[in-house]
Amino acid sequence: MFKTINWKAGDDGIVKLVLDVKDRSMNVLTPELVADLEKAVEKIAADDAVRGAIITSGKSSFVAGADLKGMDALVALARKDPAAALERVGYFSQLLRRMETCGKPFVAAINGTALGGGLEICLACHYRVAANAPRAVLGLPEVQVGLLPGAGGTQRLPRLIGIEASLPLMLEGRHVSPEKAAKLGIVDELVEPDALLAAARRWLLESPTAEQPWDRKGFKVPGGAGAMHPKSAQTFMAGAAMVARETRHNYPAPISIMSSVFEGTIVPMDTGLKIEARYFTKLLADPVAGNMVRTLFVNKQKADKLAYRPEGVDRLKVSRVGILGAGMMGAGIAYVSAVAGQHAVLLDTEQALADKGKDYSRRLVEQRVEKGRMTRSQADEVLARIQPTTRYEDLEGCELVIEAVFENREIKADVTARSEAVIGKDALFASNTSTLPITSLAKASSRPERFIGIHFFSPVEKMPLVEIIVGRKTDESAIAHALDYVAAIGKTPIVVNDSRGFYTSRVFGVFTQEGMAMLAEGVNPALIENGAKFAGMAVGPLAVMDEVTLELAWKVTEQTRADLGGKYEPNIAVPVLDRFVNELDRKGKRFGKGFYDYPADGPKRLWPGLAEVYPRAEKQPDVDDVKKRLLYIQALETARCLEEGVLDRPEDADIGSIFGWGFPAWTGGTLSFIDMIGIETFVRECERLARRHGKRFRPSKWLKDRAKAGQSFHDSSGSRRSAA
Amino acid sequence: MPEAYIYDHIRTPRGKGRASGALHEITPIELTTQVLRALRDRAEMDTNLVDDVIMGCVTPVGEQGANIARVAAINAGYSEQVPGTQLNRFCASGLEAVNSAAAQVMSGMSQLVIGGGVESMSRVPMGADGGAWGSDPNVAYHTYFAPQGIGADLIASRYGFSRDDVDAYAMESQRRAAHAWEQGHFSRSILPVRDSLGSVVLDRDEHMRPGTTMDDLAGLKPAFAVPGEQFGFDSVALQRYPDVERINHVHTGGNSSGIVDGAAGVLVGSKKIGRKLGLKPRARIRGFASIGSEPTIMLTGPAPSARRALKRCRMQQSDIDLFELNEAFASVVLRFMQDMEVPHEQINVNGGAIAMGHPLGATGAMVLGTALDEIERRDLNTALVTLCVGAGMGTATIIERV
Repeated sequence: MFKTINWKAGDDGIVKLVLDVKDRSMNVLTPELVADLEKAVEKIAADDAVRGAIITSGKSSFVAGADLKGMDALVALARKDPAAALERVGYFSQLLRRMETCGKPFVAAINGTALGGGLEICLACHYRVAANAPRAVLGLPEVQVGLLPGAGGTQRLPRLIGIEASLPLMLEGRHVSPEKAAKLGIVDELVEPDALLAAARRWLLESPTAEQPWDRKGFKVPGGAGAMHPKSAQTFMAGAAMVARETRHNYPAPISIMSSVFEGTIVPMDTGLKIEARYFTKLLADPVAGNMVRTLFVNKQKADKLAYRPEGVDRLKVSRVGILGAGMMGAGIAYVSAVAGQHAVLLDTEQALADKGKDYSRRLVEQRVEKGRMTRSQADEVLARIQPTTRYEDLEGCELVIEAVFENREIKADVTARSEAVIGKDALFASNTSTLPITSLAKASSRPERFIGIHFFSPVEKMPLVEIIVGRKTDESAIAHALDYVAAIGKTPIVVNDSRGFYTSRVFGVFTQEGMAMLAEGVNPALIENGAKFAGMAVGPLAVMDEVTLELAWKVTEQTRADLGGKYEPNIAVPVLDRFVNELDRKGKRFGKGFYDYPADGPKRLWPGLAEVYPRAEKQPDVDDVKKRLLYIQALETARCLEEGVLDRPEDADIGSIFGWGFPAWTGGTLSFIDMIGIETFVRECERLARRHGKRFRPSKWLKDRAKAGQSFHDSSGSRRSAA
Repeated sequence: MPEAYIYDHIRTPRGKGRASGALHEITPIELTTQVLRALRDRAEMDTNLVDDVIMGCVTPVGEQGANIARVAAINAGYSEQVPGTQLNRFCASGLEAVNSAAAQVMSGMSQLVIGGGVESMSRVPMGADGGAWGSDPNVAYHTYFAPQGIGADLIASRYGFSRDDVDAYAMESQRRAAHAWEQGHFSRSILPVRDSLGSVVLDRDEHMRPGTTMDDLAGLKPAFAVPGEQFGFDSVALQRYPDVERINHVHTGGNSSGIVDGAAGVLVGSKKIGRKLGLKPRARIRGFASIGSEPTIMLTGPAPSARRALKRCRMQQSDIDLFELNEAFASVVLRFMQDMEVPHEQINVNGGAIAMGHPLGATGAMVLGTALDEIERRDLNTALVTLCVGAGMGTATIIERV
């Protein structure tokens, strides 16, 4: 009778529903599971012999949430026919409502992780017992893919634990341990895993109620609700502002969650569920949710699982990795490798420098131990795996060597040759360069087919992305092995082909250049910086230039000029860099002054002298124009990377842009952004921008042809136009 | 079109708006009642002739709720035929009440109307009436709600007023208010508030701090740094004003209007009713205007409302002898002076709400009366009275002596 539920009826009138979706490692809310659950609820409601039911799972986790891969159809429906979508959205929610009002008591026996819809099933039960399982987490993470808990989560959680405690859990999508969940009141009882079912059964036999507190007469939301309750009013007033600060009005989900809670907790449960379902449907129809699901969930998972790894190559298990250069990057790479269980040989020219590189890891593990995220013995093991040295002989046995020395061709060539003299013939040699083409660096290698770029971002331990760069002679096995290493250290890889600046540095470069170009045009610098931030970039282009230092940017420019000779074409920002580095001596934050001043007694502020260097234009652009220029130029440059073959796949473009340099996640990444706008509109706007601001905005014939053919980069793109 | 005249104006002194304030023991209905009785008695009028009582009140809940104007009229012993209505134009409610009274007279539908206002801030706290703008998150988010103080600090940041500038303005407000009281400039219009035994509980504005120095003011903490920086309202404001790098929190309790209790009333009528009552009109209400402007900065409405009122009256700014702008925050007045090019000598000549306080619903009627008294005292002709108003509004009224 059931495909996804094992029905186990006991003599005592207690039915155990064991959720178990076949062919899945974790239960997710597939249409079959929902249908089965509905059947089960009706059967329990109708059968006088059944006293109550326990819901638990046949997997190690409880239910991991909705089946996001199946969401496309619902998204399409929400855009086409919101009323029809509302009905579909409300279906599961109504089922849970039926469960909690059907007259029979239900207990959730939460044996493991319960997320999203999984936790919402539990909240609709009349009692929750959770197993104190070591890795289990509970939470409502929908916001992270641009959605809200749409099966009663925004209604039941605040009614259970109060608005103030529930909002952060839903707004940040934070997971909590079963222990914490018990403390918060999300679960009623915490037991050891082997006592779980007995505890659930005991409650059903001893003190069951089939009525939720919120269905009792006189129920009040703990801590108050509504606009007239002083505490609740305060919570929402400050809350809306905090959401505006965090989202910059780019992400619709958080304010929808807050509004669903606000409006829903003033009215009875059934009305609250209607309000929630409407907000959920609106989010579905908004392109942001589709963008986030596609890139942050579906495609990121694919990348993490190495979906594009060349086939037929044996997996490389790196047990010993050599890292050349114990500066900040090298030290960070050593740390993440050692944490992943690899022996890291950290080499520098002087022992003191190598030791200093290891100190970096020492500081990091100390912090983790202090925060309780690592035990002392784990910390000691990590440190024991890092071997600071000056001797190339110590690289012997390394399956992989990564150089992170200065961006200088001679030095890089030297360390390459010295390493290759020691390491095995099959060993992989990688450069962490962020600016020098891999093919040119591979010339120093005796086996260029095993030479590859593995580009980390700073700080290594925090940044989730690694950009793998394929040189002209790099072979498939080298790519596969580099991917294996990246997966082993728990980072998300993208694979790009060689070119100047590769993908991420190149496109991020046009962002900062555009900012500097605006400055030179006389755009108010506060407007430039705010425009970037309000578009969703983490920092403004001028602030970021100060961080990396204008001096470094100038040096890269010089290197490019030297490399390209006659073919060199200065970008729009070069005159600004020249002026600040060579005339004004304002080289960046490290030098105490750049586009900003860095007063000792307060926060940095834009240098007032900017107005003299670049007098303010009389007519200032609208902030939307500033945002548009900054986002469009990055998207357009990304399209060029795809056209030129620097990128193979739009997925890599999107993931690289969000996780590499912080292109706003609401867009789903640089190419999803074009899809969202609609490629025809995008091209037309680029042409307009080119007429106004210069040929760098001119779309190529390739892109125009693509636009003419109406060919988006992703199959299911929710462009704003088709959404309207 | 009939003309609307001001026959009388009266206000209570303003008591500190907290439990230790002198008026805390007096209910808002009692404050209003005493004002209505005084207007009746000073005019020696038969209240059957009063066509309407319009009272501004910004927090009309609890004991200020349910149409305080009608109930106060009954309580004051007015004829039961006198209707009453309460209105809420936020901080300009008292002035809006007078304007509405004037509009009734100008339209010929009424002959004699009382406009005024009341607020007992010590008894009914600001914000006690809730409201969607601040507390409905969907509304607040999509309309960029930020509290007034953030708007005041944004004005200072955007238009270049430093902490010293706003403090200097505040110090001068204190000096002018103290001087005006010493010289008796307010005496014609002050109605001492009495308790149930008839004893005076307050006969002078209680909030003033004469002799305030720049050092005193400099020692005060910015009042809106916490909501701005910690709750996120600075970011909300900057998202509306992206040309501002950061918000400089310059306003404190010392350079913002005081929280106080008080009530005021203005007797407005036609020429005909004046003759009938044997009253001499003191001024003519030339015209008025309320406008809406950008709500996040919120407090820049006075200049556009003043301009619109001038235009409606076919007057030039040079036709105005004195300006009175409610001192909600120092930057509001400084911005008005900057925008309209009004010299400090011509505006708020007897100080304002920074020194004497701002009983929200009543202030509009109070500043109108203050301006009227002052043009009479100086033997000038015209005054323009204006207030910044919540949610980006502004209200202005032009009066002219007859």
